[in-house]
Amino acid sequence: MAAESENKTNVIIVGGGPAGLSAATVLARAGFEPIVIERGTFSGSKNVFGGAIYSESVKELFPDFELTAPLERNNIEHKFAILGEDDSTVISYRKKPQNSVSYSVMRGKFDRWMAEQAQKEGAILVEETVVRELITENNKVIGVRTELEDYYANIVILADGVNSLLAKQIGLRKDIEPKDAAVSVKEVLKLDKQLINERFLLNDDEGCIYELFGGSMLGKLGLGFIYTNKDSISIGLGITLDELNGTGIKPYELLEKIKEHPTIAPLIEGGEVIEYSAHLIPEGGYKKIPQLYDNGVMVVGDAAMLVNNMHWEGTNLAMLSGKIAAETAIIALTKKDFSKKFLSKYKKNLEKTFIMKDLYAYRNLMDIMHDKRKIFMDIYFKKINAFFEMFTSVNGVPKRELYRKYIWEFIKDRGFFGIISDGFAVLKLLWSVLVK
Amino acid sequence: MNIDKNLSTLKYTPDTVSHLTPNPNDCKICKNRPCVNACPAGVYEWIESEGRLLVKYENCLECGACRILCEKKSLKWEYPKGTKGVMFKRG
Ligand SMILES: Cc1cc2nc3c(=O)[nH]c(=O)nc-3n(C[C@H](O)[C@H](O)[C@H](O)COP(=O)(O)OP(=O)(O)OC[C@H]3O[C@@H](n4cnc5c(N)ncnc54)[C@H](O)[C@@H]3O)c2cc1C
Ligand code: SF4
Ligand code: SF4
Repeated sequence: MAAESENKTNVIIVGGGPAGLSAATVLARAGFEPIVIERGTFSGSKNVFGGAIYSESVKELFPDFELTAPLERNNIEHKFAILGEDDSTVISYRKKPQNSVSYSVMRGKFDRWMAEQAQKEGAILVEETVVRELITENNKVIGVRTELEDYYANIVILADGVNSLLAKQIGLRKDIEPKDAAVSVKEVLKLDKQLINERFLLNDDEGCIYELFGGSMLGKLGLGFIYTNKDSISIGLGITLDELNGTGIKPYELLEKIKEHPTIAPLIEGGEVIEYSAHLIPEGGYKKIPQLYDNGVMVVGDAAMLVNNMHWEGTNLAMLSGKIAAETAIIALTKKDFSKKFLSKYKKNLEKTFIMKDLYAYRNLMDIMHDKRKIFMDIYFKKINAFFEMFTSVNGVPKRELYRKYIWEFIKDRGFFGIISDGFAVLKLLWSVLVK
Repeated sequence: MNIDKNLSTLKYTPDTVSHLTPNPNDCKICKNRPCVNACPAGVYEWIESEGRLLVKYENCLECGACRILCEKKSLKWEYPKGTKGVMFKRG
């Protein structure tokens, strides 16, 4: 164990994902030589997402990222597919934007690239090292204990991702409940570039995102996704953990089933699995945000539950929270004040951004979906498909009769009072999103 | 799905000791054993004849689902050592 004075630095960041590396870049640019401790062999080697990074948030840190970052495709189309047992309704929005909105990437490459940028700016990256616990003294975090060594710092930034065992260790948060996290499984399927272009109606560098509702997850709180990469496709899903308790459902069986859905199967046909992976997604939202700071410590990114599930937004919240924590740290270091009171500026500044505003607006979403999943994510999804089945049918039955039959069956299946209660739930949700 | 085939796409550097340590007495009386079916890597298997939970920790994807779901809240769960465990090249 090294003496405190030998191994002391300004800032230690635990976790070299988007949150930690953004914090590191900002601190390094200000000349503070932060140390990032990452447990993987390289940044990204333990990380999994859908997924797409959002151009605006990356640009804020790396204005020219499009020149050097390992990007797969520039997303020009976003599809929402409501899958029934064997049918589907797909809504699609397509536009080639002037400035890219998002790019599909592979975290194994993208996080590594971010780490290189942070290092170029002067951050020090310590890889293959797990922080086992935080060192505290008089109610203050003063350093971190790794397998090999203790390191000391004026400020420790926790960017250790969704499991954040460290935030839990010092009591900033309680353990995650099964309803507040989803487990996701994902496959990367190798597929010829030309085939991808044809199947998804794309040019070489253009990408398409599918959000998958229902299918093998009808009635369950889960969502699937497809992203196109240069010459592969990422397909996966996330399912809330409490759906898996005592039900006998295995996450990879849900994925297998959704891959066989008649709307999905032709898109991925012939794709060979070149990587399988799994990861947790925080789903607690606003109500489960932990205490974000304490004496000598701040929590950022997934460790702070900063994910907007509704929009698959996580990396952008991670990057911005990392940046704001770093900016707070810079002032704290200049003033030599690492107290809880001073670091509360991090939370105050976070509240001014879209992060807290969005999470607040959606604060009731997961509760409502949780209560109503058997209805919204089963009956209603099926009814949407049934509507279009009816609407597109040509069968000699007069249209008025068809409509009336559809409405009658809707009421019969859901119940009159049920529909009213669902309407109120939607209004409550809309009210909290739009008004207060 | 053949989960083993999927796991074979991954590069693992297994440790010689497990980073996942269930409490055998708790597992015996555990009602649902949610770890068994929730694990995306099929790490856990209940062996009825021996009354114990088999833990194929070498296959772990380090997601944390079993830790959160453990019915008895008694699964000791740690990250593998820095040089060990799974590596995602793509992710
Ligand atoms: C299936 C899925 C799909 C998603 N899709 C999208 C998407 O399309 N777009 C999007 O923006 N977001 C998406 N997200 C969310 C996004 O991935 C996360 O919000 C984001 O990665 C959070 O970044 P982070 O830096 O906070 O945490 P992570 O990216 O989890 O980084 C944490 C880092 O800390 C390291 N670490 C953890 N503990 C320790 C320790 N004790 N010692 C040392 N190192 C440690 C880890 O190895 C890791 O590198 C998705 C997530 C999932 C699971
Ligand atoms: S859930 Fe926990 S107690 Fe139950 S079998 Fe799994 S590890 Fe054992
Ligand atoms: S951490 Fe995830 S992959 Fe590893 S044993 Fe637990 S559930 Fe399975």
